[in-house]
Amino acid sequence: MKSRDLRLIYDRSAPGHEGYRLPDLDVPEQPLDRILPKEALRAEPPLLPEVSEPEVVRHYIRLSTLNHHVDKDTYPLGSCTMKYNPKLNEDLCRLPGLAGIHPMAPEELAQGLLGLLHRFTGELAEIVGMDTVSLHPAAGAQGELLGIRLIRQYHDHRRNKKKTVIIPDSAHGTNPATARMVGYETVEVRSKEDGRLDLGALREVVNEETAGLMVTNPSTLGLFESEIAEASELLHSVDGLVYMDGANLNAMLGLTRPGDMGADMVHINLHKTFSTPHGGGGPGAGPLGIKAKLEPFLPVPVIVERDGRYLLDSDRPHSIGRLHPYVGNVGVILRAFAYIRSLGGDGLARISRGAILNANYLMKKIEEDYPVAKPGWCMHEFVSTLSWMRKQGVKNIDVAKRLLDHGVHAPTVSFPLIVPDCFMIEPTESESPTSLDRYAEILREIAREVREDPETVKSAPHRTPVRRLDEAGAARKLRVRWRPKPDGERGSND
Amino acid sequence: MIPKDCRYTKEHEWVRLDGDGHVKIGITDFAQDQLGDIVFIELPEPGAKLTQHQPFGTLEAVKTVSDLYSPVDGEVAEANQAVQEDPGVINKAPYEDGWLLRAKIEDTAQLDNLLTPEQYEEQIKEMEG
Ligand SMILES: Cc1ncc(COP(=O)(O)O)c(C=O)c1O
Repeated sequence: MKSRDLRLIYDRSAPGHEGYRLPDLDVPEQPLDRILPKEALRAEPPLLPEVSEPEVVRHYIRLSTLNHHVDKDTYPLGSCTMKYNPKLNEDLCRLPGLAGIHPMAPEELAQGLLGLLHRFTGELAEIVGMDTVSLHPAAGAQGELLGIRLIRQYHDHRRNKKKTVIIPDSAHGTNPATARMVGYETVEVRSKEDGRLDLGALREVVNEETAGLMVTNPSTLGLFESEIAEASELLHSVDGLVYMDGANLNAMLGLTRPGDMGADMVHINLHKTFSTPHGGGGPGAGPLGIKAKLEPFLPVPVIVERDGRYLLDSDRPHSIGRLHPYVGNVGVILRAFAYIRSLGGDGLARISRGAILNANYLMKKIEEDYPVAKPGWCMHEFVSTLSWMRKQGVKNIDVAKRLLDHGVHAPTVSFPLIVPDCFMIEPTESESPTSLDRYAEILREIAREVREDPETVKSAPHRTPVRRLDEAGAARKLRVRWRPKPDGERGSND
Repeated sequence: MIPKDCRYTKEHEWVRLDGDGHVKIGITDFAQDQLGDIVFIELPEPGAKLTQHQPFGTLEAVKTVSDLYSPVDGEVAEANQAVQEDPGVINKAPYEDGWLLRAKIEDTAQLDNLLTPEQYEEQIKEMEG
């Protein structure tokens, strides 16, 4: 067993090592206590690690090799669309004319960037079949928050008395959380036996108090909601609005559009469908596409074009106000723009076809050992149920951990909630047939192990830098901050 | 495995008569097993009203958050302090030390429209396939 070096950067600190020296001061020195208020001054210098540049670089390169990421191997995390992030995106967003603009730069100094964002807005709107898009939301969940706030503003404006938002039981947790945050009560509708939206059940709960429906298409079971147009009509008959959760848009590009299914709005996870980096809680972007009737309520500022100039328009009396300090996470948006421009319309449709084909291919290869919860063709992902393994004392989480031993990432486990012992697999179009074959082979190998040697699976992982983590302990007693020990020498995590 | 002295909901709560017009409410062993390690629990204060089949609190496991549904109409007399301090008790002893609420109920006849131990066992068997 190779020993792994898991020391923290603080553990590498040695007195006197330095990685950076500030240039000599070329202006008169100002006493700190004259330019900063007293409470902003520390009595002692902060305890920063003392390390040289090569030590820093080696430390983080080493960590990056211990970590799993999509540049290293397969990462089929369902509902997350962990596709490869093309390096071309990185080139574009680093162009000095774009990367160097200060967010507070006046409009006349940012015409290029504003023009690009304006154009991107139109392109995204076309892709999802909406009239316009707000680029402000910084994540999918914030796109939802904006969407439901727009629904509220719409109803308040029309003096509609609305109370409830309807959400299918297969929904992502952010859907009901969002509706509640905006002050609506949520009404859950059970899915049909085949996993799809139950139009009959929906009819029973839609009434004059219904503010809207939040529906994910394709659903979190990887199924296309074939009665979405009828559901939209039903909602519109009581002046309810249809919010489509577009986290699964990767199955639709260039093939069909939420706007054409009657949805009034849809959020787009740029950090999923449009290949911007994601994971680790880094910045995301969840632009919201909307129909024209919601446009007066959009958050400010809105980028508008007037006589060939781009302006930031904040003079919108019915706006819900501000959502983001600027106009969205621009660095993320630029990467998505690069992705769309480098693929073009045909390329985007090929992306979705590839994603659907890959998911179905993998599903067929493994379904004997990993039976599909809702059999039939899937879209870009599918959900298996591992209940048979319980007889062997093995749970989905054990199989997930065992996969890590093979140098690949596990699928999503335990979501959607309506499938017991589930495994939600989304290979994305990034995987080649060879890598899909290998993933299937690993999965079948683990299923054999579950039958013949369940202990090995239950005690996995065995070959990762750290063994099974105490997830419950971490959640019950969250300690994420390193603190120096009183003697100031070595610290501990707490 | 499934205690005979309780009644059950479809959502995997149990309720047991606890004397003096009171009941105790908890989640079943099947539920705690499905949820995995429970890390956080939110329960109503004493005095709060309970409505049959309506949510009264939430349970957070490592992977999921679930609503808790009340098996009966009533009023909370006591929320189990021990499980709020250490939710792991629910995993260890869901029918005993891991109880969640003690509640005063209005109508013991309401227990009759809940699942019997046999019916609940049947439901679990179906779910396990
Ligand atoms: C179906 C679905 N909806 C919404 C979200 C929320 O998106 P975000 O994580 O960007 O906030 C996710 C994220 O995983 C999702 O899978």
